[in-house]
Amino acid sequence: MSDGQTDADFRAGLRDWLEANCPEQMRDSGTSESAICWGGKNWEFSSPEQKLWLERCAAKGYTVPTWPVEYGGAGMTRDQEKVFHEEMNRINARSPLQSFGIWMLGPALLHFGSHEQKLEYLPPIARGEVRWCQGYSEPGAGSDLANVQTYGEDKGDHWLVNGQKIWTSYADKADQIFALVRTDRDAKKHLGISFLLIDMEDAGVETRPIKMISGISPFCETFFTDVKVPKDRIVGTPNRGWDVAKYLLTHEREMISGSGALESGGRALGAVLTDTLEQLDATLKADAMRCEIDALAMGLTLERYKDQAEAGQGAGDASAMLKYMGTELNKQRHELMMSAGGSAALEWDGDVGNRAGDWLRTKANSIEGGTSEVMLSIVSRRVLGLPA
Amino acid sequence: MTEEETMLADMARGFLDGAAPVSAFRKMRDEGLTHDAALWKEMAEMGWAGVLVPEEAGGSDMGYAAANVIAREMGKTLAVSPFLSTAVMAATALRQVSDARANAALAKIASGDVTYALAVDEGIKHDPDATAMEARADGNGFRLTGKKTFVVDGAMADRLLVLAKTADGLTLFDIPADRAGITRTQSNMIDARDAAKIDFADVEATGEDVLGQVDNAMTVLRPALRAGQAALAAEMAGLSAGAFDMTVGYLKERKQFGTEIGRFQALQHRAAHLWCETELTASAILNAGRMMDSDPENAELAVSLAKAKATATATLAVQEGVQMHGGIGMTDAYDMGFYMKRARVGAEWLGDYSYHAEKVAASRGF
Ligand SMILES: Cc1cc2nc3c(=O)[nH]c(=O)nc-3n(C[C@H](O)[C@H](O)[C@H](O)COP(=O)(O)OP(=O)(O)OC[C@H]3O[C@@H](n4cnc5c(N)ncnc54)[C@H](O)[C@@H]3O)c2cc1C
Ligand SMILES: Cc1cc2nc3c(=O)[nH]c(=O)nc-3n(C[C@H](O)[C@H](O)[C@H](O)COP(=O)(O)OP(=O)(O)OC[C@H]3O[C@@H](n4cnc5c(N)ncnc54)[C@H](O)[C@@H]3O)c2cc1C
Repeated sequence: MSDGQTDADFRAGLRDWLEANCPEQMRDSGTSESAICWGGKNWEFSSPEQKLWLERCAAKGYTVPTWPVEYGGAGMTRDQEKVFHEEMNRINARSPLQSFGIWMLGPALLHFGSHEQKLEYLPPIARGEVRWCQGYSEPGAGSDLANVQTYGEDKGDHWLVNGQKIWTSYADKADQIFALVRTDRDAKKHLGISFLLIDMEDAGVETRPIKMISGISPFCETFFTDVKVPKDRIVGTPNRGWDVAKYLLTHEREMISGSGALESGGRALGAVLTDTLEQLDATLKADAMRCEIDALAMGLTLERYKDQAEAGQGAGDASAMLKYMGTELNKQRHELMMSAGGSAALEWDGDVGNRAGDWLRTKANSIEGGTSEVMLSIVSRRVLGLPA
Repeated sequence: MTEEETMLADMARGFLDGAAPVSAFRKMRDEGLTHDAALWKEMAEMGWAGVLVPEEAGGSDMGYAAANVIAREMGKTLAVSPFLSTAVMAATALRQVSDARANAALAKIASGDVTYALAVDEGIKHDPDATAMEARADGNGFRLTGKKTFVVDGAMADRLLVLAKTADGLTLFDIPADRAGITRTQSNMIDARDAAKIDFADVEATGEDVLGQVDNAMTVLRPALRAGQAALAAEMAGLSAGAFDMTVGYLKERKQFGTEIGRFQALQHRAAHLWCETELTASAILNAGRMMDSDPENAELAVSLAKAKATATATLAVQEGVQMHGGIGMTDAYDMGFYMKRARVGAEWLGDYSYHAEKVAASRGF
């Protein structure tokens, strides 16, 4: 972006580019599981247009608009990113790519990675070539995440990793995993963890899908048996992985919180309910109004925190607030949508689509990325300063 | 908030901590006073009375977002002033009319010489459209007969903006509060502030007294009500913050079972939840201020969202405030009760949660 460019020029340029480059088939906002590309070696494009759209966006850096150009982004400012989203929404364009690489690892690398690491890992994420998964949770380390026991034994030029992760979303589809691994068993629990990058094709890595109550199998158990991880496959310093892990979590939480937020331009709960409005009782409508009010305020809050982030004030610990409020609201919304759907919502893939599956899936929102209770504890200690 | 807004907030805080702490309100309450003329004069000197008055008329013309910032700081320590009725609502109404008389009136608001009250409500709920009070045509003028209730600042105001029915609609009158036929009775309000019931018995009004056009009150009144609702939401957000800070402070200090009660997770999580609600509310209020400044015609959704959210949050903040203080929260000697009572009045004034929820719903396709 040249400095002399005016806002109006910027918008007009984007608009023209989108008109010329966004395939018709990609202008439906995309709501189904496979509508939006997750990238990676194993990704099967749902249509040639999905592939084309990804390639065109990646060439312009539009899959990660605010990342620096040298790392695969478009170097947009926050205000330009807003314009970008507005223009995308205007034509109902699907997001060209979504991934844990974009939401989680990317921001962590941008903050903690060396220049070489950024050059190595970020562009493939931006182009959708490499898909990452998140190896944090273990059977004995959920809310108490720092209790991870997966162990990396120091073997000079590499760590020899053994242990088990659980609830690893899309581990069976990912090319790489970023994992929290204990590399010092004698240190205090937060001070003996390293943030390692492991190839899912390495010998000794195995995944087993787990089926969810919503009927799909998005997450897995992940096992590591004598996996060799070279010493340069680490973000940050050895045994200081907790800092990276926490920083990444603030981004993950902000991302998840978006589920419960509404932009004033977004589809209102009211609009969803209108389909059946005549058949609904006043109490249900009143509950929906409350939810709508909170969701609008939530949307404004997310925007406010993003605006602050550019001025150098990241959401930090307040991301726990965003995550808690956003996910609780999203659950409420889906409860209301189920009620509004009545018996039509009780069938898998019935007249109202997969509403039941979506509803069940939202129940994980207040668990994944840190539970609501953990979020409240973070707020009470770090924001309010109440004694631990 | 912008840097300028932060500076304004800091300045307001500094002034109010000295001139209008909660203890000052307590003193007024104990002495049965509902207005502090000297304090209002000081606020006028700082440009607060003229916050929405154009510079040509001697105002500081800082805009709606700035007015919200000031209202919020006032709310934190329960500062008593005619800011909302006069500086926000009356000034906004007068600004919709650009004639010499309105400009002169605005100048008097900015200087702090004249205060106003909005005489709109007649029933137990805010509902301007249901106005029954009549302004009967009489020669070139009108005769006003009827009753108004919950006229905030109505007992002490110098002038009244009165909404009444005329032949083909509603008309807004700007008249002195001591005009013949007007009887004001101050209500004994739970928040110890000024509100009045006002009786109009064949009160004379001329065409000169009409603000805006006959039968077309809403062009002038609607923006004023919106501005008031936004600023009241901001005041309530300040009030919530004040009550919340007291509560969190108490949680850190009060010991039971050999430790600070703030160590108990049952209280921690409720306090954390309350803080989250105050953050959502703050966003809604900022947005309302921005919309009022940039696109007032389309600010209804933003303002109603802010007032609804602020009402719900303040209600929660004061309930948790009293509860988490235990027995002491119930005492008159402790300030928390003041916050609870002001929150209840704020909840009703200019439309309660349901009133504004309905407006949000209407503009969101319910
Ligand atoms: C759909 C889904 C996808 C996921 N994807 C991933 C992934 O990709 N990678 C990954 O690493 N993990 C993933 N997770 C795991 C997720 O991060 C954990 O489930 C979560 O951190 C909670 O841990 P837990 O399941 O062990 O529950 P527990 O920690 O055992 O919690 C059980 C209950 O106790 C409560 N609790 C625990 N401690 C406290 C406390 N101190 N105070 C109050 N209450 C407490 C919790 O809030 C919860 O309600 C995923 C989870 C789900 C559901
Ligand atoms: C109107 C009124 C009449 C009363 N009449 C009598 C009477 O006749 N005789 C009499 O003896 N007493 C009386 N009391 C006192 C009353 O029983 C106490 O106020 C009450 O037991 C709470 O104690 P506290 O005020 O010290 O609050 P605290 O114990 O200090 O409590 C403060 C807050 O902390 C919370 N809290 C405290 N400990 C915990 C914990 N472990 N976990 C979670 N939360 C906790 C409380 O629930 C409360 O919200 C009266 C009180 C009132 C308000």
